[in-house]
Amino acid sequence: MGYLDGFRVTFNRLFEERVTTEYPQEKRPKPERFHGRHVLNRYEDGMEKCIGCELCAGVCPAQCIYVRGADNPIDDPVSPGERFGYVYEINYLRCIHCDLCVEACPTEAITESKMFEFSFANRQDAIYTKDELVVDDDGKPQRQPWELWHDGDDALTSGWMRATAPSGSAAHVGQVGWSGELGYGVRSPELGQTAPSDDDPDGGQG
Amino acid sequence: MSIRNTIDGVLDDGLEGLQHNFITAPVEEVVKWARRRSLMPATFGLACCAIEMMATGTAHYDMARFGMETFRASPRQADLMIVAGRVSQKMAPVLRTVYDQMMEPKWVISMGVCASSGGMFNNYAIVQGVDQVVPVDVYAPGCPPGPETLLHAILTLHEQIRTGELTRRRATTGAGAGVHLDPTHEPNTRSTPVIITGGGGR
Repeated sequence: MGYLDGFRVTFNRLFEERVTTEYPQEKRPKPERFHGRHVLNRYEDGMEKCIGCELCAGVCPAQCIYVRGADNPIDDPVSPGERFGYVYEINYLRCIHCDLCVEACPTEAITESKMFEFSFANRQDAIYTKDELVVDDDGKPQRQPWELWHDGDDALTSGWMRATAPSGSAAHVGQVGWSGELGYGVRSPELGQTAPSDDDPDGGQG
Repeated sequence: MSIRNTIDGVLDDGLEGLQHNFITAPVEEVVKWARRRSLMPATFGLACCAIEMMATGTAHYDMARFGMETFRASPRQADLMIVAGRVSQKMAPVLRTVYDQMMEPKWVISMGVCASSGGMFNNYAIVQGVDQVVPVDVYAPGCPPGPETLLHAILTLHEQIRTGELTRRRATTGAGAGVHLDPTHEPNTRSTPVIITGGGGR
């Protein structure tokens, strides 16, 4: 009767909790620094952060970013400074979400959200233009109708820079190294920078 | 609608040739429902995307919720090919053979950036987009796309089958993928977005 043991295992499984995530209704929680769809940020006064320097396009290993800068109109500037991103396109059929563009950006204009659930029926649709990438007037990423956004996917859009940018070096512990942002403002540093670590006897304070 | 027209239409185009009436409309709905709810994917994992494709079949994501019980090892039993991974030039004829061996109606999901456009492998060894070889219906971006992105692509495909867009497009263009290489194509226009809402999955 040994084979009944196998049936018992199957039978007992009926009463255990299911591990399946009911996907379109809910998502599994994503890690804090998950790389999803990009957003183009704006300053707290509504100015765009992108200055059209094309560093992101230069560093992109998949060559999925196309940027063209233009001189700011004097009477109605788009970004503070001389130039702004006149054309900004990302081809999501090439982007590998490595975040090198985020690292390269001198103004923290481009960051990544946690939204990773989108698909296209057409190659042309996969090219996001600046109109779709730039954040809306609340500073939150635009939720395009073909993307599946859940709450929390846009929560830490600007949070990636803190540990890997120069502001994450030991000399800048506890200092805010990034500029204010529409919707998020200036937020406190990430916990990992100031929390005591094992290899630091001073607890990160020295 | 005369009987003769109906017969001609059926002979030419199969079930799609039937003009709509109160009998054929529900029948077409049933056919689309059956196609949608019994997609059997062919095993075509080529690279790291295949790991995510396998994860999609596991208990945590459970593709079987959408009627895709198993990956069929034989293309004759499959009607959806998920091209997961970069397609090398040597693999392309094999890919096409597997596609040709599948039974109609058949669909293709290009999973990941390598299959969709070559991704970061912009070199001589990799096919720059699997739609040069087979007609692609849905592209899933990401490197690799997570199981949720693949499920989103599958749901997008379901939605296209439900709305009948695929069969109509095949009839007009002879191709499944909406690849428009028309130089006059306005770059900023989008096709009608397929909307996957949180409640529309089951």
